[in-house]
Amino acid sequence: MKRYSLFAIAREALTHHQGWERAWRSPAPKPGYDVVIIGAGGHGLATAYYLGRNHGIRNVAILEKGWLGGGNTGRNTTIIRSNYLQDPSAAIYEKSRSLYETLSQDLNFNVMFSPRGVMMLAQTHHEVRGYLRTAHANALQGVVTEFISPARVKELCPILNIDGPRYPVLGALWQPRGGTGRHDAVAWGYARACSAMGMDIIQQCEVTGVRSENGKVTGVETTKGHIGTGKLGIVVAGHSGQVAQMAGFRLPVESMALQALVSEPIKPCMDVVVMANTVHGYMSQSDKGEMVIGGGTDGFNNYTQRGSFQHIEETLRALIETFPMLSRLKMLRQWGGIVDMTGDRSPIISKTPLGNCFINCGWGTGGFKAIPGSGWAMAELIAKGEPSPLAAAFDMGRFREGRFIDESVAAGVAH
Amino acid sequence: MLLLICPYCGVAAEETELAPGGEAHLKRFGPGSSDAEFEAYLFARKNPKGVHFERWRHAYGCGKWFLAARCTATLEVFGTYPAQTSGPPDDIIDRIKARRPDWKGFA
Repeated sequence: MKRYSLFAIAREALTHHQGWERAWRSPAPKPGYDVVIIGAGGHGLATAYYLGRNHGIRNVAILEKGWLGGGNTGRNTTIIRSNYLQDPSAAIYEKSRSLYETLSQDLNFNVMFSPRGVMMLAQTHHEVRGYLRTAHANALQGVVTEFISPARVKELCPILNIDGPRYPVLGALWQPRGGTGRHDAVAWGYARACSAMGMDIIQQCEVTGVRSENGKVTGVETTKGHIGTGKLGIVVAGHSGQVAQMAGFRLPVESMALQALVSEPIKPCMDVVVMANTVHGYMSQSDKGEMVIGGGTDGFNNYTQRGSFQHIEETLRALIETFPMLSRLKMLRQWGGIVDMTGDRSPIISKTPLGNCFINCGWGTGGFKAIPGSGWAMAELIAKGEPSPLAAAFDMGRFREGRFIDESVAAGVAH
Repeated sequence: MLLLICPYCGVAAEETELAPGGEAHLKRFGPGSSDAEFEAYLFARKNPKGVHFERWRHAYGCGKWFLAARCTATLEVFGTYPAQTSGPPDDIIDRIKARRPDWKGFA
């Protein structure tokens, strides 16, 4: 891999930019690997990257049904934050956020991490109490957040209407080191680094079956033939239930559509991320000037990557109340992703009933921010066969034993 | 927008007057059941990409719970039926089989 640098740009300029190599190879699958990861989205690629970097396991293939980063990695609203209430959540999301800070340098690929600050508005007294509690919990967990006044909210985000008739802003939970990143670049950066370590990223290769012997995984059937493997990592988000079925077990997961949309590009008007959970909408401005908007999931099982129109209507109604200046803005694009929702709205990083088969799923509506931390923890689980302290609380057994990491109650909505 | 016909009041209800209620025909486990049975009842879901039986409530209509057979991959609705049953009725099964010949059946 040729490193990207200022010098490289100068060097390539001399040869009319004809010398740039492809960012990653597209090899044919080998008959077998030490580890096969199903799913070349952010989480799958990050898992492979940390397997190589932290554990020296490089005979790895990452299989992708479509194109890499084409699922939820390319369909989210790119928000990165770690202001969670429960200790295990705060630990893994903060690990993830801190890895994002140096990810561009680590990968030698600009992921455009922008720690512009994330504020979660408190618009009811209940929410004020909830966020005060979260701020105190974060102080104990070592996550830098603070509860700020309405005046400070207005100062940080002048386009916000803090005196709304229904839900005036009573304060906000402010995480100054949260922000956004460039979602595609995260997938591309990890893919390039994995490829440089000699890993095979095989796109257009759908897994159709999981082979096992004596209760241990031996390989996968794919549209490109059988691929043998010592260990298998399933990292497929919305389709986790489908792959788990091939591997012979069921998951406490339901797949639903989550929608997002962007407006026409406008001049810079907002340099923070604002989440308004009571009215259910969140927004940030991209570097291109588009307002990037997200809301809540549809309530029913859905694999179509498109959602119901009334949810967009609800989200925009909420945001127009919060940001009156949006009312004349045209919306350009709208899309949906299939999110994997667990019973307690926390992810699963776990061993499975099938030996040497591991699963990473259930990130629901908040997977993008977790990519580096999730990959870090999943890589350790695959390499050692036992979870790290970071991942231990997220095992599947918690649903049987009642050890929930209840972020649905803590957050109420999208996270 | 989904349109489901409420089997009680006969209204072709739009999604905005309905509330989704998750997977239908779950077998309830009570006191004395094993941990595994409780876990399966409370959390494990079929979550199929295809034919799905699910609960809906006609929340802004007659208020009653009913069941629907729907395809999660295409959003096609095969039919709705009253909730007082432990399995889908034969006419719904026949309609699904006519539309999805490779469907493995209700299990």
